[in-house]
Amino acid sequence: MKILVCISNVPDTTSKINFTDNDTKFDTNGVQFVINPNDEFGLTRAMWFKEKQGATVHIATVGEATVEPTMRKALAIGADEGIRINVAPTDGYFVAEQLAAVVKNGEYDLVIAGRESIDYNGGMVPGILATMLGMNFVNTCISLEIEGDTATAIREIDGGKETVETSLPLVIGGQKGLVEESDLKIPNMRGIMMARKKALNVVEPVDATKATQDVSFDKPAPKGQVKLVDSVDELVDLLHNEAKVI
Amino acid sequence: MSILVYTESENGKFKKNAFEVASYAKAVADQMGTSATAISFNASENESLGAYGVSKVLNITNDTLNTFNAEAYAKAIAQAAEKEGTKIVVVSSSANSKFLAPILAAKLKAGYVPNVVAAPDSTEPLKVKRTAFSNKGFAHTEISTDIKIIGVSNNAFGLKENQADAAVEDFSPELGDGDFSVKSVNIDKVAGKVTIADAEVVVSGGRGLKGAENWGMIEELADVLGAATACSKPVSDMGWRPHGEHVGQTGKPVAANLYVAVGISGAIQHLAGVSASKTKVVINNDPEAPFFKAADYGIVGDAFEVVPKLVEKLKEFKAQNA
Ligand SMILES: Cc1cc2nc3c(=O)[nH]c(=O)nc-3n(C[C@H](O)[C@H](O)[C@H](O)COP(=O)(O)OP(=O)(O)OC[C@H]3O[C@@H](n4cnc5c(N)ncnc54)[C@H](O)[C@@H]3O)c2cc1C
Repeated sequence: MKILVCISNVPDTTSKINFTDNDTKFDTNGVQFVINPNDEFGLTRAMWFKEKQGATVHIATVGEATVEPTMRKALAIGADEGIRINVAPTDGYFVAEQLAAVVKNGEYDLVIAGRESIDYNGGMVPGILATMLGMNFVNTCISLEIEGDTATAIREIDGGKETVETSLPLVIGGQKGLVEESDLKIPNMRGIMMARKKALNVVEPVDATKATQDVSFDKPAPKGQVKLVDSVDELVDLLHNEAKVI
Repeated sequence: MSILVYTESENGKFKKNAFEVASYAKAVADQMGTSATAISFNASENESLGAYGVSKVLNITNDTLNTFNAEAYAKAIAQAAEKEGTKIVVVSSSANSKFLAPILAAKLKAGYVPNVVAAPDSTEPLKVKRTAFSNKGFAHTEISTDIKIIGVSNNAFGLKENQADAAVEDFSPELGDGDFSVKSVNIDKVAGKVTIADAEVVVSGGRGLKGAENWGMIEELADVLGAATACSKPVSDMGWRPHGEHVGQTGKPVAANLYVAVGISGAIQHLAGVSASKTKVVINNDPEAPFFKAADYGIVGDAFEVVPKLVEKLKEFKAQNA
């Protein structure tokens, strides 16, 4: 089985968000970048398929050279090889088309992407990619088993979960649950040393559609002071008469 | 040319978000001088969409579509869009809508913008305001493709009544076996419980509650408020509560009218996922807990004393206001 894990390079979850150039760009100053958390669960599940079922695991990231440290980290966790598509990931449709070209060339059986990237929260890359290539697709995937060509997946739905059966080739949008939090791998020294020697191939982008563009950004209005109350009577009164939510 | 809106139903009944996206579609239709057409699957009471400004409903009656199937539903919506000559499709932010919208985007070669919180900034070019960076910011995004898909955030636009006569038409999409290659084999869902996605009120518990055995009072509080229950990430990691209840940046997003956080410190990843809620109440024994800075109302106190009192008070309040 040949697996491609799509890794998005995103600001650390603790990052404070600021914008520059007249609020037209995200300010990366002082921001630490990490593997998108949803992708990290998928990558760890891919490692399980590698160890238990002999799968080959490649990673792909659409991004300029600045994303390479994040890709090296994914290689240190255990992926075999990396592919970087050398262009800024400006729009979900565009990113999906870039990845579709890689998936087609590499003849992957399984593509593991994240439910969404925590930066722009588009959540569209796996679904668009799957549809372009005519592959099966399961979103918000919290469990995945593969037996031969058959896949059994569980996806999170509003208020519960659904088990689905499908076949390879398959694309999933993964998230927490694919593996337990405690199974997430932190790269060790040996992994980091080995990752330095692994192939990280750079390919040029294909012509693709830019469907959307972020023209400006703003931040939520600052929150007013919290009203601290001493009794539940006062709280219920405020919720009823002031906030009007009960 | 009308605006096409996918109105979700379950067991034939429209979900609340169906009326919200219908309201949104009507607002866009008004801005563009056109009308709103809904597409529904095995829904009864299609006329009820008229109250939110929908003037035509394409209703599909087809037993193979009783269970949601993203590929088949997306294909049906794409065919409806083609038939209507639609340039803008509106969907919700439910798990199902977020599953089918990208498939639909690829089929229609349409730009898709999810998490939209307001009526379009402009229609020529089409520009919408959406959340980004997990609610830490907003982006104003232009869509430049011929056909465009807007995903509306839960509870952001609200319900807008706008009486129209909804003419209901049957619609029969052409579907084949290939559209059902992802098969549902089991759905595990507690019947009759409010889901986090649909809830107006969410009661959430954190590590401050010390153990799974202490959730009784959280459930009671949720009960009297008609709320869904949720939790912080460590609570689900430790198995005190199911993963499906984990809210925040890496869990489910919450955009309720009222969010009550009990024994939750208010870490940045937690706040990111819940800050879209309108009114936030925090109960925490540490006056320095960061959540107080993001809250509207707070009680500094021991949850084990405050919550049972609050439950009693709310019961009294309900009895008086019933
Ligand atoms: C990559 C990443 C992603 C993350 N994503 C999420 C996410 O999506 N959602 C999320 O929630 N977290 C997330 N986290 C974790 C987050 O950083 C915090 O660790 C977590 O939110 C803390 O949970 P808590 O508030 O329940 O626990 P704590 O931080 O331990 O807080 C417990 C609170 O309870 C209070 N307390 C204790 N006893 C009482 C009492 N008797 N009465 C009243 N109050 C009491 C304490 O004062 C304290 O404020 C993420 C972390 C990382 C690194």
